[in-house]
Amino acid sequence: MESTAVKPQFSEAAKAEIERICKQYPDDRRKSAMLPVLHIAQAEFGGWVSPEVQDIVAEVLGVKPIEVYEVSSFYTMFNLKPVGKHVLEICRTGPCMLRGSEELTAQLERITGAKVGGPASEDGLFTLKEVECLAACGFAPIVQVREQYYEQLDTPEAVDAMLTELRNQVHRPALPWEETGLPNALANN
Amino acid sequence: MGRKLLTEHINVEGIETLDVYRKHGGYRSVEKALKTMTPDEVVEEVKKSGLRGRGGAGFPTGLKWSFLAKPEGVPRYLVCNADESEPGTFKDRQLMSKLPHLLIEGMITGSYALGANTSYIYIRGELLYVLRILEKAIAEAYAAGFLGKNILGSGYDLDLYVHPGGGAYICGEETALLESLEGKRGNPRNKPPFPAVQGLYARPTVVNNVESIAAVPVIVNEGGDEYAKIGVGKSTGTKLFSACGHLNKPGIYEIELGLPVEEFIYSDEYCGGIWKGRELKAVVAGGSSVPILPKELILKTAAGENRLMTYESLSDGGFVTGTMLGSGGFIAMDETTNIVRNTWNFSRFYHHESCGQCSPCREGTGWLEKVLHRLVHGHGQMQDIDLLVSVAKQIEGNTICPLGEAAAWPVAAAVRHFRDEFEWHVTHPQEATKAGAIFPGKLVTA
Repeated sequence: MESTAVKPQFSEAAKAEIERICKQYPDDRRKSAMLPVLHIAQAEFGGWVSPEVQDIVAEVLGVKPIEVYEVSSFYTMFNLKPVGKHVLEICRTGPCMLRGSEELTAQLERITGAKVGGPASEDGLFTLKEVECLAACGFAPIVQVREQYYEQLDTPEAVDAMLTELRNQVHRPALPWEETGLPNALANN
Repeated sequence: MGRKLLTEHINVEGIETLDVYRKHGGYRSVEKALKTMTPDEVVEEVKKSGLRGRGGAGFPTGLKWSFLAKPEGVPRYLVCNADESEPGTFKDRQLMSKLPHLLIEGMITGSYALGANTSYIYIRGELLYVLRILEKAIAEAYAAGFLGKNILGSGYDLDLYVHPGGGAYICGEETALLESLEGKRGNPRNKPPFPAVQGLYARPTVVNNVESIAAVPVIVNEGGDEYAKIGVGKSTGTKLFSACGHLNKPGIYEIELGLPVEEFIYSDEYCGGIWKGRELKAVVAGGSSVPILPKELILKTAAGENRLMTYESLSDGGFVTGTMLGSGGFIAMDETTNIVRNTWNFSRFYHHESCGQCSPCREGTGWLEKVLHRLVHGHGQMQDIDLLVSVAKQIEGNTICPLGEAAAWPVAAAVRHFRDEFEWHVTHPQEATKAGAIFPGKLVTA
């Protein structure tokens, strides 16, 4: 199967964005673009970075694949396994716990059917992930989905509104270098 | 009401655009510094201001700037630490998303003072949406001639870039941040050499918190001496506090240093008191790393004086009866709060965020989390309480970076001030582990 798998390719828009980013660092320090390029890769390839995707990250940066693997496994934002269409990152740290993050997590598990740390919900829509402090403690409890913060999710109405908005999203929101957002689920997802 | 040096215009419509920002006095410090001051004169004003690092350590910013090595022909860097991740702290996110040009202005004036021609803002990866806001504002600043070549005809060149992290608390430690900016895992470096000598790409580098850099324009505009008139003693100027937890009005408050803690918590001008008409039980005043204090000790020092929001007053009494101002992440807990559970939550955080480089931290944070977990779930024994103190002591001072202390202090302080609540979890496990259980005992006050 590996031999017939198509090697993932960055879109032209993403390639241009990567080149723009690489120019921010000294010429011999292209590796500095590692984290921004991993973010682009995750956005391009369905919300996670497979080993194959990490390999092309290594290729565009001119580093060894291991240099990408050791970074992607260190930082919590990079999903190393397939995820649902929307990854709900629920803050679980102290200030959010004081304002009901545990209740929020239980509620999201009940509504979506997914479990924190487990595979996506059966409909493929939601992956639940607990994360540490998102720096929005005054608006707790909070959930991050891609680049969006959903705040003060302490009522069923607020949670419903978030989930409805996400269910209605056919494509993920476009990033600054894209004309339109990519479909949320891609072939390798 | 105190003066607002940073956030006076934060709610002005369109303040995130260069035009509106300039109408409210924006970029004056760039014009003043580049046209009428030498770089050393700018450093001198920051020194005179008494400004102390707003990220948590409280080290004098001007002094830090004066340590920067300046070898001939070697580029040097100013890097802004926007990796705001200390639990309870959310001021930089607000500042950057609403006033992006304030940070950019501070970066230009600061970079000029340090002689940096390339500067970076390292922002935590979760805040990619704020990175977009900053990049848009930076593009405006280039177009208006505040960035790029020969800024305002002064002959000074500066390029400014924003770099996202990937989700790692440890990257708020300045050398871990630099590793991360170089595209590596965020493992803190051994020091010396300090970043002032060998920082980014082994070149001299200053790393400053967002709020510190945002204070530079007002210091340059009004003069360091004027800035130093605000505040009390060595706590000069204003500080942003992130108020959260069980408060009626959580949010960001810019205060003049010296405000009494009691006024901050209970006045309607600030937090408006404790939610649901409840009593205050405890406060973590400077982000999750600093020692928790029971109500009695956060409102008054052990000597019975009003506790003020200054570096000195908050640390009055040392760790026996005091705490630290830290990052200004102000977490209030009401009378229903389970302190043991909250301590466990913080320990889980530090265990999760330990980079794993130093064994006392890698293993010790895990121990703390596990022992606290069994206390929380009613499986603890009396000796576990002293075990926590012992493990905390063995982490402290034995690690490359301060994450070890940050993990140890909250646990040691919780046991110090709330030991009987820990004991209650051992003596009354069924009662203590019931959902919504409230410790019935009298609160210990040191």
